[in-house]
Amino acid sequence: MPFKSGRFQKKWRDSIPTIVFLVICLALWQIIVSYFKLPLWLIPSPIDVLKAFWNTRELLWAHTLTTLLETTAGFVLAIALGLAAGVAMVLSPLIKRLFYPLLIVSQTVPLIAVAPLLILWLGYGLLPKIVTVVLVCFFPIAVSLIEGLEVSDDDLLNLLKSMGATRWQILYMIRWPNALPSFFAGLKIAATYSVMGAVIGEWLGASSGLGVYLTRSSHSFRTDQVFAAIVAITILSLFYFVLIAGIRRLALPWLHTKED
Amino acid sequence: MLILKDVSLSYQDGGKSVLDVLKNINLEVETGKFVSLIGPSGCGKSSICNLIAGVEVPAQGDIFLEGRSIKGVPGQVGYMPQKDLLLPWRTLLDNVALGSDIRREDKRQSREKARHWLDRFGLGKFAEHYPHQLSGGMRQRGALLRTFLFGQNTLILDEPFGALDALTRREMQEWLLNVWSQSRPTVVFITHDIEEAILLSDEVVVLSHSPARILDKIHVPFSRPREQDLLLSGGAINIKKHLLDLLNGKRNV
Repeated sequence: MPFKSGRFQKKWRDSIPTIVFLVICLALWQIIVSYFKLPLWLIPSPIDVLKAFWNTRELLWAHTLTTLLETTAGFVLAIALGLAAGVAMVLSPLIKRLFYPLLIVSQTVPLIAVAPLLILWLGYGLLPKIVTVVLVCFFPIAVSLIEGLEVSDDDLLNLLKSMGATRWQILYMIRWPNALPSFFAGLKIAATYSVMGAVIGEWLGASSGLGVYLTRSSHSFRTDQVFAAIVAITILSLFYFVLIAGIRRLALPWLHTKED
Repeated sequence: MLILKDVSLSYQDGGKSVLDVLKNINLEVETGKFVSLIGPSGCGKSSICNLIAGVEVPAQGDIFLEGRSIKGVPGQVGYMPQKDLLLPWRTLLDNVALGSDIRREDKRQSREKARHWLDRFGLGKFAEHYPHQLSGGMRQRGALLRTFLFGQNTLILDEPFGALDALTRREMQEWLLNVWSQSRPTVVFITHDIEEAILLSDEVVVLSHSPARILDKIHVPFSRPREQDLLLSGGAINIKKHLLDLLNGKRNV
């Protein structure tokens, strides 16, 4: 036990410089805004942001729930599609040759150009936002999965073949566990993008969501509320990030036994 | 009995030119015998392993195990390459039982059997460890047990101790002899270490430069169990000299 609490203490000690630095930055921001008496509509101080966050907390929460719903639905859908695409491309070289270039090209299409089209085609409801989230998340998930599934160690594949393993067995005994670390790296990237995708979708037309709160605040020059929305978006993204990091820990026990 | 009958293998090199790897290899390994193959590096020893393991198919000839052709049929023998290739996401126990999982055997039974083997050969304490928590020697033992459990009667070991330091290698040789003597499978052992070949085998087969053919087969007459000291005896030194001459091309057969 003392060993374990010692490790915990070390983790805390390691993060002290980060926390101190963050506090200094916020304090500097506060001092500069107060000293130069910068107007609220131009740039609010951290305390102004905190106030705006607290005063509109119920409204903010309602909008956050909408965004949370869109993000989660889009994210789950992107994982399902990414899995299907990844497995199909690894099992069939032909499918990979057909779709992999398309996958890369799809990522270079600017989201900001596609999102209005989605609203045109799918209306102002939740669906176009979910689709934007899927568009943003699909690429990092699919690519990281495909890279992980393509086991580079030929000797390992040779060994399994010599044992008479079927393609399917090689997929779930070797390729899948081999892909997990890279897959989770992709999930982390996708998770942080996903909230952004939903917010962009909401910008362009919606009745609820953090993107709506953001545009409304911006149009009425409530810059303090804009910053409050940014804080909410950041917290939401971090929530996903931490959630996935936690699942990763449970799913990859062999990577977390190094200390023993 | 494992028989390689007139086996040849060649690779298409860029479509037209042909690279001969093996030429008319004839080899008979009696059931329960330990046979080593030695030869210069790059002579195609590993190709012979791949052929017996059924991962590659010979251009010519056939391979029989107990009278049945196993040409191009994987899963008939236990094959162990130089790298241990333990799966990092499986515990030692699950790694040793890998073959049973591929054969879709009962999980509880296969784990019991694997645990029994680990206990018997001094790895019981490490059953729940992941490979990265084990030393090189222990990983190699795990890989050997995986091969023993899978291969049952016929094992192909491709330079299994090639990457180990001299001391660990010596320990591993004794350990291997101990495991082998308790179940007596047929073993085809690839090595480039002459002393290792003499210490372990009933017969040493010497291969030529590429394309590999068989230069000579030498019977190793010493009784078992064998100890490392055996290598200092006059008989062993004579065999060693003979093998060295063959490998250096000083002696024509």
